[in-house]
Amino acid sequence: MSKQYKAVSLVSGGLDSMLASQVIMDQGIHVEGINFFTGFCVEGHTHAIRKQDDKKPKRNNALWVAEQLGMKLHIIDVIEEYKDVLINPKYGYGANMNPCLDCKIFMVKKAHEWIKENDFDFIITGEVIGQRPMSQRKQTMPIIAHQSGADELLLRPLSAKNLPETLPEREGWVDREQLFDFSGRSRKPQIALANELGIDDYAQPAGGCCFLTDASYSNKLVDLWQNRNDKNYEMDDIMMLKVGRHIRPNARFKLIIAREEGECRFMEGYRKEFDHLHCTSHTGPMALIDGKPNSEDLQLAARILARFGKGRSEEQVDVELGLKNGVKRQYSIKPLGSDDIPKEWYL
Amino acid sequence: MSHVDLDARRLLCPMPVIRLQDQIKTLHTGDTVTVTCTDPGVMNDIPAWSRINGHSVINSEEEEYLYQLTIQVGATP
Repeated sequence: MSKQYKAVSLVSGGLDSMLASQVIMDQGIHVEGINFFTGFCVEGHTHAIRKQDDKKPKRNNALWVAEQLGMKLHIIDVIEEYKDVLINPKYGYGANMNPCLDCKIFMVKKAHEWIKENDFDFIITGEVIGQRPMSQRKQTMPIIAHQSGADELLLRPLSAKNLPETLPEREGWVDREQLFDFSGRSRKPQIALANELGIDDYAQPAGGCCFLTDASYSNKLVDLWQNRNDKNYEMDDIMMLKVGRHIRPNARFKLIIAREEGECRFMEGYRKEFDHLHCTSHTGPMALIDGKPNSEDLQLAARILARFGKGRSEEQVDVELGLKNGVKRQYSIKPLGSDDIPKEWYL
Repeated sequence: MSHVDLDARRLLCPMPVIRLQDQIKTLHTGDTVTVTCTDPGVMNDIPAWSRINGHSVINSEEEEYLYQLTIQVGATP
């Protein structure tokens, strides 16, 4: 009886990894999915927070892909280990704070560790040569294979014919002739293959699947690092960068002001971690204060917050400051005018 | 059979799924775990994760922005 070979597939939730998994399953290989959660993954997060996104599906695309293909999915928390990838990327950052090549090496390395622990035979990814400018170039493909330690156990089914033979191909575990030679940024070959395989629904994330490729998010991350003088971060820090309007009047503090009801509700849960403000005389958003503001800063913070509430045109509004320790203070202040908040304060 | 309560409030998906996955690794077939969450995404994600991994969601409730699901462990992890 021939051996049942087993592969683990790096599943992002997008089309490429879905296709790569399916074509290998079609060759009789037992495939299970693996998905690494770095903390920066664009999944349901902001949708879950913001009420205005209520109508968008809140599905996790990696889970959805796994269910469509009928394979198990292992979601692995790599938040702690990923810090070193982000803070010290050997191959640098892309257009924003995205360390794509180091990230791919890290994930394949983790997958390699996983297959050894779980007695699987090889790793597959949906990488396509030339698809992405940093991590998916012909020159970087061997770097990922080598630096991750996976070497010949890493198979990219969609671009396999453009790459040297891997162990699964050479040993006949998979038939190289049935693999593909996709390259370039065009999505047409993938869409054609999806049609051929009867896959007519798949996620098409605009701007990729990582917040670190987003310029606005990256700016906030850099601001956080600069003003704390420390690049270390906790999960709550990076979550907060996805929420609210961030306004930094000076190096001592910034305000995170909720933009709508869903964000308000989410931020309410952080009242014990952050000093916070809300207007008591008029309706309006709440704000969290990040940093160490002095007493003048707190007055300014209250005036900024009042600018975003219903009392913005009043001569005086009442704002309550709640400290993390439960102590409360009241301020009666005049809201700042829209022109009084310099554009450079907005992160 | 044993039962475990898991608090995943304030965690955003997929963290509640990861916590559940890690908890289930410590349980046996037939055991149950009730997970309490604040992210509405769990109402899709936990049933999906349970289906593909052979577990059953035997109860789900939603009240005042709290989402609670009870999962019975299927095949031995």
